[in-house]
Amino acid sequence: MSSDQVMRDIMANLPVPEFESTPWASPPPLSEATVAIVTSAGLHRADQERFEGRGDTSYRMLDRGDRELILGHWSSNFDRAAYVSDHNVVYPIDRLEELAADGTIGAVAPRHVAFAGNQPDTVSEVRLDTGPAAAAELRADGVDVAILTPV
Amino acid sequence: MCVLAHVLEDAGIATVVLASMRPVAERMNVPRVLYCEFPLGRPLGMPDNAQFQHGVLGAAFDLLNAPSGPVLVDYPEVVEAVETPLACALPPRYDPDIAPSIDEAQGLRAAYDRAVARRGATEVGRAVDADGVAAALGDLERVAAGEHWKEVYGPRLDTIAIAHDIRAYYQEAALELAGGPPPGARQAEAWFYEETEAGKTLAAARDALTEQEAPSGITFYMQPVGR
Repeated sequence: MSSDQVMRDIMANLPVPEFESTPWASPPPLSEATVAIVTSAGLHRADQERFEGRGDTSYRMLDRGDRELILGHWSSNFDRAAYVSDHNVVYPIDRLEELAADGTIGAVAPRHVAFAGNQPDTVSEVRLDTGPAAAAELRADGVDVAILTPV
Repeated sequence: MCVLAHVLEDAGIATVVLASMRPVAERMNVPRVLYCEFPLGRPLGMPDNAQFQHGVLGAAFDLLNAPSGPVLVDYPEVVEAVETPLACALPPRYDPDIAPSIDEAQGLRAAYDRAVARRGATEVGRAVDADGVAAALGDLERVAAGEHWKEVYGPRLDTIAIAHDIRAYYQEAALELAGGPPPGARQAEAWFYEETEAGKTLAAARDALTEQEAPSGITFYMQPVGR
């Protein structure tokens, strides 16, 4: 069995937080929407604080112009080499710039967000504290749509 | 990611999750999910392939047209991991008086430096920087040879970060040496663990740590599952 399949099997049976309903935000037309990337890859600039090994619920705001960020997620259970070859495979910021340039999306957000995906099972702090704080920062920047990229 | 989708939607931001774990997404009532069966660590599927990445993003944005949710759609293209080792030559033995892994790591330094100069960033540096890789391998050699980890490291065992740094150093050097298009997922990993002296040293050190009953939370994360 492949390593990815082993991980998928492990994750399939982990407890997850329960959500009884599905929230629903209605965005403006894509050609008018400001789009941000929110990733759980733990990306950060070299001058930003690193993510802790496990259970780090903090996030980093990444500026639109930032490139060659460090992949701060601690797990060894995913392919880490692809990101080194091309950051867009995790953080498709150059693709968003192209979509903004050709008018497909309204604008690229001025700031994007990175969390680290290796969280405790409850994810309570992200749910109640740091997640809403990051969302408020994106809203303050006028973000309408977020693409969420996990690793 | 699925939790953040809930949080962001509650704040008025429409989300699409490029999910890599379908059963997790299914259970969490996430508004919009594009399930992408790609190798883990590659949510956009393929590095250095803007066309493929645009295909994924386009499919994700299409979900914004749904009138209500939850919506869960499978991206039609599947990308499989390749678990055969990357083809990358290793430096010849240079100094017979030092451990093979240390000799090898030093032989890769020029390629590593070129890789960092080209990219302007490195993943090495959690516990040691590139200058510290040889000494870190020396410590692992001692553990692998049977010395107790507390003798080598003192009370704090930081071998997850050390393993990360050594592997990152090797992978960045290997991508530079191999050249050409990016290798398949897990190929650089397979090369490191199956072909290099450092990979063998790391595996031997982990086995020794396990025998010494070092904390399992540390030994488990020193290598990917299945290795």
